Amino acid sequence: MLKQTASQTVGPYFAYALTPQSYGRVGLGSSTMVDQETRGERIRIEGRVFDGTGAPVVDAVIELWQANAAGRYRHPADTRDHVEIDPHFTGFGRTGTDGQGQYWFDTVKPGALGDGQAPHVNVTVLARGMLSHAFTRLYFDDEAGANAEDALLQSVPADRRATLVAKRVETGGGVAYRFDIHLQGDDETVFFDA
Amino acid sequence: MTDAKSPGYRPRDWSQHPPYLSPEYKSTVLRSPRKPLVPMKASLSELTGPVFGHESLDALDADLTRNGRVNGEPLGERIIVTGRVLDEDGRPVPNTLLEVWQANSVGRYVHKWDQHDAPLDPNFFGAGRCATDENGRYRFISIKPGAYPWRNHHNAWRPAHIHFSLFGPSFVTRLVTQMYFPGDPLLPLDPIYNGVPEGARERLVSRFSIDVTEPEWALGYEFDIVLRGRNETPTEG
Repeated sequence: MLKQTASQTVGPYFAYALTPQSYGRVGLGSSTMVDQETRGERIRIEGRVFDGTGAPVVDAVIELWQANAAGRYRHPADTRDHVEIDPHFTGFGRTGTDGQGQYWFDTVKPGALGDGQAPHVNVTVLARGMLSHAFTRLYFDDEAGANAEDALLQSVPADRRATLVAKRVETGGGVAYRFDIHLQGDDETVFFDA
Repeated sequence: MTDAKSPGYRPRDWSQHPPYLSPEYKSTVLRSPRKPLVPMKASLSELTGPVFGHESLDALDADLTRNGRVNGEPLGERIIVTGRVLDEDGRPVPNTLLEVWQANSVGRYVHKWDQHDAPLDPNFFGAGRCATDENGRYRFISIKPGAYPWRNHHNAWRPAHIHFSLFGPSFVTRLVTQMYFPGDPLLPLDPIYNGVPEGARERLVSRFSIDVTEPEWALGYEFDIVLRGRNETPTEG
């Protein structure tokens, strides 16, 4: 059997390749995951990324992968043809944090997959100083019933579960879910051996 | 650890990947998760992932000597980089996208934070994309990147390297890595390279290939990439 190629840090200078919007180029993914015709409840996912001292991480890359509002992934391994694909939604987003460690995505709230899992968004965190990336998940605090039935969320020690649950806030612009990511420290976000 | 018998992909092999905390690389000290990773079984969320392939490419994406050209050729040693993307069972990973980025020939990145006192090249921005063919092979053209100083420790210089980012077939096959060049005297001094376990780090060094090299034009380097394999052999259709 072949050995997996080792991970290395994304480093500080990824922007021209991974998040090139600030240089006027088009990237694979961006903060805006929806267009006018995307179906579902429009939400903003926003938060900040912090290091072990609580200082903002200003050069992280955050990637999201999620099902559409009906709960379907746009991928050949999701063969549930009775759940509709939304041609206006890929489910992928990517952005870098800004000078305050902040990030945001405009997306739709994902539907449940129908397999007992609560609605969730899959999150990848990469940064200078991280030799390997980290996987986490975002759950929604207004899905308390579904969250209580989610086997993975319930497998997380109770005192750390809250790090995975985004808080719904009403803003002037609409609905936002706050999801801060702590790479280290007392509030360290739960990362998965996915 | 992921259950080795569950459907999905083999776990990340931590005997091959660098640990989050690698104190010689100082930025890891405050940015390394310290609590144990929580094990999970693969669900549809981990069996799916963003799909990018040839349809995501523009004509010049795989030629970094042309995609940033303004008024002439970029300066430096022209190189061809090629290799195969395979899974742990040696199966090719076809039609998968690679994003690459690098410094120019004198070790300078196009980035607002890069203050290294070396010139930018107006004809080179150092980023590109390519995709694998049905045999898992990729190829792109570039300029050999230069070494550059960083402030990790006194007189710290990064060895010449090219960054690679791949998604592979699912969310969990994500890989971001760096390719190095053979014989680089900075490699044994580099905390980022040395963060990788011995035996694994050597596979991040590309091989010079006279067969890939094209006469009168460019030197060739080969770099194969291995992504996580499947737990179960998929049924052949």
